[in-house]
Amino acid sequence: MVVVSLVVAIILIGLWVGSDSSLLPVQASLNAPLYDQLFRVLYSIGTILFLGVFGVLIYSLIRFRRRAGDVSDGAATEGNLPLEIVWTAIPAVVVLFVGLYSYNIYDRMGGMTSLGDHGGMHSMEAMTAMDQRPAGEVWGGIGTATGLTPATTVDVTAMQFAFIFSYPSSNIISGELHVPVGQPVELHMKANDVIHAFWVPQFRLKQDIIPGQPTVLAFTPTREGTYPIICAELCGPYHGGMRTSVVVHGQDAYEQWLKQNSPDPVAA
Amino acid sequence: MTTTTSSPSPGLFDGPEPEDWRRYFGFSLDHKVIGIQYLVTSFFFYLVGGVLAGMIRTELTTPISDFLSREAYNEVLTLHGTIMIFLWIVPVVNGAFGNYLVPFYVGARDMAFPRLNAIAFWLIPPAGVMLITSYFIGGASQSGWTAYPPLSLTTPAAGQLVWIFSVILLGGSSILGGINFIATILKLRRPGLKLMELPMYCWAMLGTSILVVLSTPVLAGTLILLAFDIVAHTGFFNPGQGGNVVVYQHLFWFYSHPAVYIMVLPAFGLVSEILPVHSRKPLFGYTTMVYSILAIVFLGLIVWAHHMFTSGTPPWMRLFFTIATSFIAVPTGIKFFNWLATLWGGRIALNSAMLFACAFIVNFVLGGITGVALAQVPFDIHVHDTYFVVAHFHYIVYGGTVFVIFSSIYHWYPKFTGKMLDERLGLLHFALTFIGFNLCFGPQHWLGINGMPRRVAEYDPQFTLLNQISSVGALLMALSTLPFLYNVIASYFKGKVAGDNPWRALTSEWLTSSPPPVENWHGPAPHVRHPYGYGAEPQP
Repeated sequence: MVVVSLVVAIILIGLWVGSDSSLLPVQASLNAPLYDQLFRVLYSIGTILFLGVFGVLIYSLIRFRRRAGDVSDGAATEGNLPLEIVWTAIPAVVVLFVGLYSYNIYDRMGGMTSLGDHGGMHSMEAMTAMDQRPAGEVWGGIGTATGLTPATTVDVTAMQFAFIFSYPSSNIISGELHVPVGQPVELHMKANDVIHAFWVPQFRLKQDIIPGQPTVLAFTPTREGTYPIICAELCGPYHGGMRTSVVVHGQDAYEQWLKQNSPDPVAA
Repeated sequence: MTTTTSSPSPGLFDGPEPEDWRRYFGFSLDHKVIGIQYLVTSFFFYLVGGVLAGMIRTELTTPISDFLSREAYNEVLTLHGTIMIFLWIVPVVNGAFGNYLVPFYVGARDMAFPRLNAIAFWLIPPAGVMLITSYFIGGASQSGWTAYPPLSLTTPAAGQLVWIFSVILLGGSSILGGINFIATILKLRRPGLKLMELPMYCWAMLGTSILVVLSTPVLAGTLILLAFDIVAHTGFFNPGQGGNVVVYQHLFWFYSHPAVYIMVLPAFGLVSEILPVHSRKPLFGYTTMVYSILAIVFLGLIVWAHHMFTSGTPPWMRLFFTIATSFIAVPTGIKFFNWLATLWGGRIALNSAMLFACAFIVNFVLGGITGVALAQVPFDIHVHDTYFVVAHFHYIVYGGTVFVIFSSIYHWYPKFTGKMLDERLGLLHFALTFIGFNLCFGPQHWLGINGMPRRVAEYDPQFTLLNQISSVGALLMALSTLPFLYNVIASYFKGKVAGDNPWRALTSEWLTSSPPPVENWHGPAPHVRHPYGYGAEPQP
């Protein structure tokens, strides 16, 4: 009875801990709530496992501690096959569940969308502008859950130690990324010198930017605001300083930004 | 019979070997001397790596780059990683304890190839010295211990080449050691001693050595190609010449993921020796322990691309490596449950060796849980290359392996020296290490999740407080080495005499004097059928 209530208590603590989302940065993309859902499940399972192991360990160390002068041995238990099968099966089931669940999350994030079906891949001009390689060789980061054709396509060039964002449709070149809220965005990324990575913690997204290997990253921002873009791959002495911002605008403010920054007033 | 087996092992030039302390500074062929040589040498490099870690934590007490130059910071982090992996953990859990213990456990008087053994050791000091001096002469490598091209092709070439040459030497040493262990365990067993009678550490070393022999040559080959790209301007990994940088990552991680198991499996083996002795119970589930080691060896070879989830691998590959990686948790879990079952119902002596061993269980389970999380592609895509990963692998490699190394030193020091270590100092050492370690690396999980990438000298000022807490933890870890160093040195001269078998253990290194004689036993090698036969009726 005591054991059962302890197990229930540990499970409840695990579930309670997992329901706390204050550990994570704010959610600013369609990916983020999915990510946080997975995070909470893993956090719950992890807490339950950890408390279980920790509890048994501490209990054993106290309950079975050697008294002074005791030179006797413990029981000559060499194993217990049914017990060992149980604690092989439980982790196997947990791991299988975690794997299937995270696959489901990954699929809903758009990670399993093959690049051939990808909305943005139809614009061959964009592809050839990026690189001479055939379209099939572009590597994808995580896709977007909407399946819509991207409203905004931005070419990203990473170099030591800056990101440059160019908007092919309006000839804007910017050191910050500006995107409209609620619309799918697709980044076509290339690196000039060494490997960099594009990371926005609030979007829960990261993709390496690889010299000689164009990559695509798609996401849909959901929350207006300014978030950091951080280079996450060691790229040289100023790696820590390779940061900029992504500004998520409301639709009107985004149009405004495009108009103000376009070098060609006619196109705006 | 040649003189090799009938008299004390001859030196390199077949002269008689000195009997006193001088043999530790020469080309000894005695596996125990070589084991101690590995232990002391790698501990020296641990201190060097620790000073480098202190430099990193000092830089990170402020959010701006103000302690080291940016180039020097990258050199320091590269050297820290390389030294801790290749000059401390790999040589100490394999070379030091492996050389000392494996011949005892198989009932042999030495390793299968004593000369190869000495050569393997003597490759390490020059490689380490070369690596460290490169920092003072022209600058060390700045591209991290992973040396990803094109960065490693564009940073100063001299430091990078020294790094490559050192790592190849150290890898070569590791391969020679691996071959020696496989040969010793499979071919040099005392007649009649069955594989399934071997202590678990032998199985761990067999599994580890298979990984070493299969994967280390791939690293060596890869680094030779990298060196060609630097020196001869070939284009294997240079995208400007049609090379492919992602291929390097595949080849690098084909070694460097198994390297985690090369650092962790021997620690699992050592813990499996220590827990039964101090809890007076047989190791629980011997057979499943053996099979889980073999399963970890197999799975460890097919999970490398989980280090590359953000490199742009195809979806099916991400899925495969997620599932394969997650399943490592199953055999690993078996081992932890079996250790807990070993403790259950025992007569547990909570001495320094046991405190470190039990703390290993706590730390490693935490690192294993974050490891399963990191195996999930959607989880990894946010925290990859952040301080979350830094925290994860320090929980595995420090909280796991280094805690086991200290546990092992407290456990086998009486055998190595014939003297007991001081328990009070051991307790102080443990408390400082455990608190310092968790203070240092615990907060880093939060830092990574919330936006701090790894390998940076400057960061968002909102992370200052947690970084300072982490640095205080690092300071405690540094201080913890002082009582330890004092203990091992002072006890050597004036410690309590240990006797042959102070722990009343059953494995064969305890069935001889402390320290043991050349060729291990005064009489014939004992046949230990039940290395964990605690609680059983006395053997006939």
